Amino acid sequence: MSLQPSTLTKADAIIAQYPQKRSAALPLLHLVQEDHGYITQEDMAWVAEKIGVTPMQVLEVVSFYPMFRQSPTGRRHIKVCRTLSCALRGSYALMESLEKSLNCPRGETSPDGNFTLEFVECIADCGCGPVVQVDHALYENVKPENATAFADQIKQSLHNPQYGKKQPQPDTPEWNG
Amino acid sequence: MPAVERPLIYANLRKPGYTVDIDCYLKNGGYEALKKAVAMKPEEVCKEVEVSGLRGRGGAGFPTGMKWKFLDRKSGKPCYLVVNADESEPGTYKDRQIIYKDPHQMLEGIAITAWAIQAKQAFIYIRGEFQHGAKILENAIAEAKAKGFLGNNILGSGYSCEVVVHRGGGCYVCGEETGLIESLEGKRGYPRIKPPYFPAVLGLYNCPTIVNNAETMAQVKHVLAFGGAEFAKIGIPGDSGTHIWGVSGLVKRPGLYEIEAGKATFGELLYDFCGGPLDGRKFKAIIPGGSSTKILKFGERFKGKLPNGQEFDWALEDIPLDSNSIAACGTGLGTGGTIVIDDSVEMIQALSNLNAFYAHETCGQCTPCREGSLWLSRVSKRITTGGGLESDVPLLLDIANQVAGRTICAHGEAVAWPVQSAVPKFKDEYLDSIRRRQKGEVLSDLKLI
Repeated sequence: MSLQPSTLTKADAIIAQYPQKRSAALPLLHLVQEDHGYITQEDMAWVAEKIGVTPMQVLEVVSFYPMFRQSPTGRRHIKVCRTLSCALRGSYALMESLEKSLNCPRGETSPDGNFTLEFVECIADCGCGPVVQVDHALYENVKPENATAFADQIKQSLHNPQYGKKQPQPDTPEWNG
Repeated sequence: MPAVERPLIYANLRKPGYTVDIDCYLKNGGYEALKKAVAMKPEEVCKEVEVSGLRGRGGAGFPTGMKWKFLDRKSGKPCYLVVNADESEPGTYKDRQIIYKDPHQMLEGIAITAWAIQAKQAFIYIRGEFQHGAKILENAIAEAKAKGFLGNNILGSGYSCEVVVHRGGGCYVCGEETGLIESLEGKRGYPRIKPPYFPAVLGLYNCPTIVNNAETMAQVKHVLAFGGAEFAKIGIPGDSGTHIWGVSGLVKRPGLYEIEAGKATFGELLYDFCGGPLDGRKFKAIIPGGSSTKILKFGERFKGKLPNGQEFDWALEDIPLDSNSIAACGTGLGTGGTIVIDDSVEMIQALSNLNAFYAHETCGQCTPCREGSLWLSRVSKRITTGGGLESDVPLLLDIANQVAGRTICAHGEAVAWPVQSAVPKFKDEYLDSIRRRQKGEVLSDLKLI
């Protein structure tokens, strides 16, 4: 396991915030996942030791929460809201379009490893549906008729060395993410 | 007189140029209510909130002051404040605005509440997907601590309270207060059985705990700013303050509208504020307060008696936007997240969409909910793919009836209510879908499942 030194330092500060160490389970798992994209058995053993529980008790947590992943995703992780408010605004048609444009069936990672495309449940931005979360950014009002252009934008981001490094500005997808 | 908005919670964040910085908040009167609060005794602050008549904004509408009174003070254990910012009820997106645009308003309410209940520590349980929202809050907490509004020795009162932002993991059931507490303890978010696990007695770490919704915290700030008795004059007796209506789905102008309780109707909300149905469409139904509240159908008549004895006979458009009136019509104000459905929608698809949500989100502890939600999802989905039978309509109702009231937490009711309320109202349409879908007809261009 090779966690970055900054991750290790942050871990101790996180644990210190709680009256009981075990409370740090979710934040530590988020930290590990942000560090290298998914959570391995080794990671779980490390978290377990940090918070004084068994690795099995950490696995119980990892397998319960939809946000935690035990396998890597594509370079861009695209989550389309599926629940009623967004669906009424066309999220199913949007998904069908994105599947074609990104050459990636829902629930899977594209063969080139660039995209993971998923339907997710309500992400609490119901008045701006359909909404799509791409990694750290939240895109609102992504209409099915604009799906191809939206997919192109995601594809282009693969060649942007500054991707994900900018400080978010108010009223941008990065701010709302 | 046409109905107008009365922004209280959203007053600042809607101003052009308003930012999340503490200086901006202070320029707009920020933390004055906290100063007022720490000059009072904690129990006096509790009294103000009780007098204000404020009801919780998380969906159940329980009076906030009364909730605080339930805190077990005799145990000698420390007590905790947990703020529920898990905003996960479909159709609900009001708290997101506060977190992303005016975090200090919520923090001020948290500081006031923590002082009032003398909490040892406060936690903000924010949904995991609000990644940047969590950072905004963490920055705001650091700013507030630097100015002495949070952390050590708040405003020189001798009272200290740390606030920790805790991100969830994308799980609906962690919005249920005891599921949330389990999650905050680092476990699966399995709701706890009540009794004995009432949070005010056996909450976080088995200590007395108050769990309040994020918007409730913002409302508390205004209760202190106005004073309890003055705040109670906003809205109507029994439901004070403003409600934020988050309208989504098929209307011209979906959005968030903050309206004084009881001072407008659903008709005014949907036509005046939201601009009515999309061109060429007609409204068919609304789910008034988040997906777990019971559906209302246009054309229905609602008759009955309000708690104050007044008799009513309303169309959907006439129902006043306050919790008592809406409850009297057989549903709930919930979180105010109104989902609007028009005549382009095939109702069994809408139901199937929600059934799939609840089947995905059941925690699996209680058999009726775990199995029932899956069967409801499968049965309604098979209708949409042409494999339905006419007997599926009573079957849906039968399954739902076996879930509600038989589970540890209210997820069971959330699973059952959409079905129990929609089946009697849309039975004929469901049967029509079953018959025509069997023949391979496509009934709507809008796919929802």
